[in-house]
Amino acid sequence: MSNVLKKIYIILIFIFLYAPMAVLIVLSFNASKSRSKWGGFTFKWYAKLLSDSSIMEALITTLMLALLSSIIATFIGTIAAIAITGLKKSTRTLMMGITNIPMLNAEIVTGISLMLLFIFFKIKFGFTTILLAHITFNIPYVILSVLPRIKQLNPSAYEAAMDLGASPFKAFFKVVFPDILPGVFSGMLMAFTMSIDDFIITHFTKGAGVDTLSTKIYSQVRKGIDPKMYALSSVIFITVLILLILVNLLPNAGKKAKIKK
Amino acid sequence: MKNKFVKWLSLPYALWSMAFVIIPLLMVFYFGLTDKSGKFTISNILSISLPVHFKSLLIALLLSLISTIICLLLSYPLAMILSSMNSGNNRLMILIFVLPMWMNFLLRTLAWQTLLENEGVINTILRAIHLPGLKIINTPYAIVFGMIYNFLPFMVLPIYNVLCKIDKNLLNAARDLGANEIQTFLKVTLPLSVPGIISGITMVFVPALTTFVISDLLGGSKILLIGNVIEQEFTLNSNWNLGSGLSIVLMLFIVISMIITAVFDKDGEGSAL
Repeated sequence: MSNVLKKIYIILIFIFLYAPMAVLIVLSFNASKSRSKWGGFTFKWYAKLLSDSSIMEALITTLMLALLSSIIATFIGTIAAIAITGLKKSTRTLMMGITNIPMLNAEIVTGISLMLLFIFFKIKFGFTTILLAHITFNIPYVILSVLPRIKQLNPSAYEAAMDLGASPFKAFFKVVFPDILPGVFSGMLMAFTMSIDDFIITHFTKGAGVDTLSTKIYSQVRKGIDPKMYALSSVIFITVLILLILVNLLPNAGKKAKIKK
Repeated sequence: MKNKFVKWLSLPYALWSMAFVIIPLLMVFYFGLTDKSGKFTISNILSISLPVHFKSLLIALLLSLISTIICLLLSYPLAMILSSMNSGNNRLMILIFVLPMWMNFLLRTLAWQTLLENEGVINTILRAIHLPGLKIINTPYAIVFGMIYNFLPFMVLPIYNVLCKIDKNLLNAARDLGANEIQTFLKVTLPLSVPGIISGITMVFVPALTTFVISDLLGGSKILLIGNVIEQEFTLNSNWNLGSGLSIVLMLFIVISMIITAVFDKDGEGSAL
């Protein structure tokens, strides 16, 4: 393939991936409520966004879920990843198998299995049930992003620290932890993203009265999406885009955020 | 770090997985194998043979197979191009594919309605250049389209990862020994990338087979996939036993995919992360 063809191919795929983003950003400035008609340019959806309490509530729920679930999952997952490397082979294989279940299983099955658990044990559906579900599907992302980092560690460094008089605790936090930190960080970021973007599992584990942005949008599909949702999504997308560009422009911060190797 | 204390550290995660992964899956089997009064029955599972259920399973299988094949055909060349211009900038690659996730999944998929509609963006462009319009919204084609769009990154990333790991010396050696470009590809690159391909196939096939959202949003709710049937049993009809029974059938296909992945990709080389 010639270089020109290669570039055209990449550009076409890129357009395919990003065309919906462009559509949504355009729709956020559309004065008409219809998704298929252009009613002129407006900022009104952005202006009305902050005063829409139900959207703001869903946004806060979504962010709280993402924040809490990614932090808790990072905590459990990082400890688990360290422990898994220290297990004997058969137990390690078993643990990795279990770790892969939520990754490979269909989201609908994960969702309904948790729903049945909550039904069976008569746990009230609400914020907590969604949080438990999000932590569950987030832990594997953390483990799988921390594990390669641990495998690259030089075990002598930890032993050397102990020989030089550091307690196991201190040796871990001064020697081991800084080395696996990039993996921990990227795992947490991945978990946060997955939580924000999740719809299916939330759909089955949420109770009446609690909504994330995803479930709120889903409930609007039949009657028509509130254009304020387009505005909010555009704001989130552009914010993340700017943050990513900044992180990539600052070489030191960039190194820290490096995903796997 | 192989001391006893470290082993105990795996306990919280082991307990968590037991409570929120293993027991919930057992619940699916419990509900799937009992009726409303709690008596053992296999009628929930056998109900897959009802025409309406069986048809939804067949359509889901067909559409997800087509999507998986198209994803593979689109992704392999892309992964090859990207890995050949690889400047060690793995991170940027992943970011390009993860970034769309920050725009809500449902909205992203809905945006394709605006693009694909009969009076939508794509048809307007096609008519402007005097080409026949596409009538694909609310048809199975639109569902395939949505599947490819949503799951393409899951195919590209594993293949890209394995291609990047291939030792360039192997390719040079093959060329030195007289293989032409096509032979080198068929005898060296392709066999070495199998773990990535298999991993990609599972990562696309399973979510495509089980989706209910994409068919809901782009299929005009006329086309029911097995995922839609299960979702309706759980949320509309509150028939958890029937829904669980059908899920068990669905899990059969998922388990087969998992086994195939495990056989071909022992070291997890093809993982998307």
